[in-house]
Amino acid sequence: MVQVEKPVGGEKNGGKRMVTRPKEAKYYPGEDVAVKRTALVHKAPKLRGSLTPGTVVILLASRFRGRRVVFLKQLDSGTLLVTGPYAINGVPMRRVDARYVIATKTKIDVSAVDVAKFDDAYFKKAAAKKSAGGKKSEEAFFEAEGTEKPKKTLPDSFKADQKAVDASLVKALKSDPLLKCYLKAKFSLTKGQAPHEMVF
Amino acid sequence: VVVVCVGGGEMGFKRFVEVGRVVLIEYGAEYGKIAVIADVLDQNKCLVDGPTTGVKRQLICYKRIALLDQVVEIPRGADTAAVKAAAESAKIEETFAATTWGKKHANRKKRALLSDYDRFKLMVARKEKSRLISKEYKKLKKQAAK
Repeated sequence: MVQVEKPVGGEKNGGKRMVTRPKEAKYYPGEDVAVKRTALVHKAPKLRGSLTPGTVVILLASRFRGRRVVFLKQLDSGTLLVTGPYAINGVPMRRVDARYVIATKTKIDVSAVDVAKFDDAYFKKAAAKKSAGGKKSEEAFFEAEGTEKPKKTLPDSFKADQKAVDASLVKALKSDPLLKCYLKAKFSLTKGQAPHEMVF
Repeated sequence: VVVVCVGGGEMGFKRFVEVGRVVLIEYGAEYGKIAVIADVLDQNKCLVDGPTTGVKRQLICYKRIALLDQVVEIPRGADTAAVKAAAESAKIEETFAATTWGKKHANRKKRALLSDYDRFKLMVARKEKSRLISKEYKKLKKQAAK
């Protein structure tokens, strides 16, 4: 908006007045030009305030539902990186959706844990090799039924990473046996308890 | 023949809705707070005021309050300042907190605010207490059997 001088009629009105008007463009293109949109940048959504690194968190779904685990960091996809620690409750480093988790008030110090190298690509399942034929045939299906499937073993690098991440956590928990028991124990609701009325 | 109930008056009641009766609010925004009856509207509602406990002067129905043992000296329809002075000198919050009801009330409030870890610690403590009691009981039982 700019101030523009405009003539005003009537002898007692001062002859001219300053009026606010929108600024006119200096240039108008001859043909219609499509407006360029800025490319959408994907950012991990902001987490609720109760989820900070080091928070003990209750898993609500998946194989480890009911387990209390430690939240380490948020990955770019928006999922949370959590760990049992594995030595304590058998939950490995895992991605977990923030919505399938209850954040408790208990916090553990995770400043000594280095999680910089873990991202979504680290956790992505290796793409299964497709069969040479491409189509599933009856003979191939029955053939496969007889043979033993190769056992999937976790590469040692994953085990080493898990140990490295859990090292400082396990050390801290050694000095607090009650907290260690807490992480070992599973969460469940008893009669009369309502999650929406409970403080976690 | 007048029947006098044990533990009650002629009518069998001990606590009455009256000006100055200290009440505990059991429902609504002011749940769990203490106030004083400043005036009685009718058979359903009374005017309640709790300047020392954060209860705004308001009409409240009897279904939402529980009568306590204490009665404070105030004139009918006393304004908030007068109720405040009387409540402070009568120490309504301390008196209630000292009663068994008050202690249970405070405990329930504490339990509602326990975190998940607190509840776990509580469970461990109860188990330990039970274990110690059971140990002693078994010891005594063994001695008695001899």
